Amino acid sequence: MCGIAGLIHRDGTSGIGQEMTAMLQALRHRGPDSTGFAIYGTPAAGEYVLRFKVAEQEDLASGFRIHDEIKKRRVEVDERLKKLGADVKEEDEATEYAFRYRITYDGDMRNLANFIEDIEGAEILSIGNALELIKDLGDATVVSEQYGLGDFKGTHGIGHTRMATESDVDIRSAHPYWAYPYNDVAVVHNGQITNYWIMRREMERDGHRFVSNCDSELLAVYTANNLDKGDTLEESLRKSIEEIEGVFTYLVATKDALGLAKDTMAAKPMVLYESDDLVALASEEVAIRSIVPHEIDTWDPYDAEVRVWRT
Amino acid sequence: MANMSSQDKLSHDLGMHTEQLTGRTQETFFDLKDDGGFGYHDAFDVDFNKRAEIDASNMGAKEINARIRELMTEGHGTIVVKNPGAKHSLAVGILNRLNLIIEGSLGYFGCGLIDGPNIRISGRVGWSCAENMMAGTLVIEKNAGSTFGAAIRGGDLVCKGSVGSRTGIDMKGGTIIVGGDTGAFSGFMMQRGRMVVCGNAGKNLGDSMYDGTIYIGGEITDLGVDAVPSELTDLDKAWLTRKLTMYGLLPEKGVNHFQKIVAGKQLWNYDNLEPTEKKLIL
Repeated sequence: MCGIAGLIHRDGTSGIGQEMTAMLQALRHRGPDSTGFAIYGTPAAGEYVLRFKVAEQEDLASGFRIHDEIKKRRVEVDERLKKLGADVKEEDEATEYAFRYRITYDGDMRNLANFIEDIEGAEILSIGNALELIKDLGDATVVSEQYGLGDFKGTHGIGHTRMATESDVDIRSAHPYWAYPYNDVAVVHNGQITNYWIMRREMERDGHRFVSNCDSELLAVYTANNLDKGDTLEESLRKSIEEIEGVFTYLVATKDALGLAKDTMAAKPMVLYESDDLVALASEEVAIRSIVPHEIDTWDPYDAEVRVWRT
Repeated sequence: MANMSSQDKLSHDLGMHTEQLTGRTQETFFDLKDDGGFGYHDAFDVDFNKRAEIDASNMGAKEINARIRELMTEGHGTIVVKNPGAKHSLAVGILNRLNLIIEGSLGYFGCGLIDGPNIRISGRVGWSCAENMMAGTLVIEKNAGSTFGAAIRGGDLVCKGSVGSRTGIDMKGGTIIVGGDTGAFSGFMMQRGRMVVCGNAGKNLGDSMYDGTIYIGGEITDLGVDAVPSELTDLDKAWLTRKLTMYGLLPEKGVNHFQKIVAGKQLWNYDNLEPTEKKLIL
């Protein structure tokens, strides 16, 4: 089933971490397997936030040696960043296996991503000026507390509660997906993509990498591919209605925008609330009510509808 | 035709089915000998002048539904639910006469399986509102989500705003009225009943409909398989005027501009053709 939610403030920053936590917790019944956030803070000039993991949560139960292995992998990441000329300004250890680095880097982002992910167990969750992408097993409250999202201030965000149906219960298959190697682009999706393997092979032939077998990852790679070819976010969303088969409603967030696309069957739900200063959308209205408790006017976007909102 | 009462004839002319309900289900649930007629044998005797309120702010769906039932057992005929907070599955399975006023919005599956109550909702409703509704009236002041009135069998289901996709999917009777627009696949596999949309309709309207009638006041994106236009008769106009007036939705320009859509009845199940032959026809 899965639940997705998005939020964008048009009048400045807000407690986006707390708001997204409340929205996703209200959608817990749609998928308790994992929860993910892509939240956007104030961009720092010349700096990137790099979020990566070097193991899955379930790996911790695989034996005593994994703890040493995780330390070794992290040292390897540090060395490779240094070798590429990236300067690490700040390091946070959110969990034993997932890390947040604030870095400066002038080189090619795809090279950096490929070089880091060449380390066993390493996966870059996101790179961005403003984007912080957090995902782990558990409901929204658990993940939010684990990664300290309660104090996060920002302009917009998207999130996902996952009920695993076609791939494993692990962080690799959790949403959001970062649109590798594009800074600040993330995707959450509710639905099933039926031409996943055909599209995936096409994307792989074009040199794009996939880290999971989750069909939703295709939308992130697909978006990155379109942006790479010069499409705007809106053009990419419109194109996806024609090219992606199956039932889907998905959200894309960039540094300064939030986009929505719904398939031609309108088979997956989405409720939308739009005011002068706030746009909130979710698989169920109850999620919007968790941050806007008073009576509001909401509606369902129609089939093949595409919308983009900017901060 | 010859044995029809005047009421039956009127219904027949409007395209409604008029067979009597004599099946085993009806015998089980209704007391046909009761002069009051067609009340469930365990229905509550309520007084519409006896009013009660429920503040649903801190209550779960199950608790709210149980409280509504409890108030009916105490004879309350008018119940007001405040602060429903778009919770799911509220006011479901009410098989009783009741004035239910919901001040706020409902989530998914609201007012499903109802038989008899008059419900008014000041806000919006989510997906699958009034699924399998049997009788009564349900009026929603704002918008509604997709699969609005799925498989309803009777009663008046009214949304004054716009509704999502697949409105009245598989409806088997009753009337659905929409003040605004409706999405794609509305009236999909409709079997009986009538749907009125004052605004526009999305693609594949009435796709694979077996029977029933759809009236559209605005633009139709396109018709689904076996849905065909039909002539809007004086009887249709009179019925539309009366129904829309009842709910304050009669357009200023009247109803003459409404388009009437019915089943072409060329689908495979109406004849004995082989599948390949049917494809040629459709």
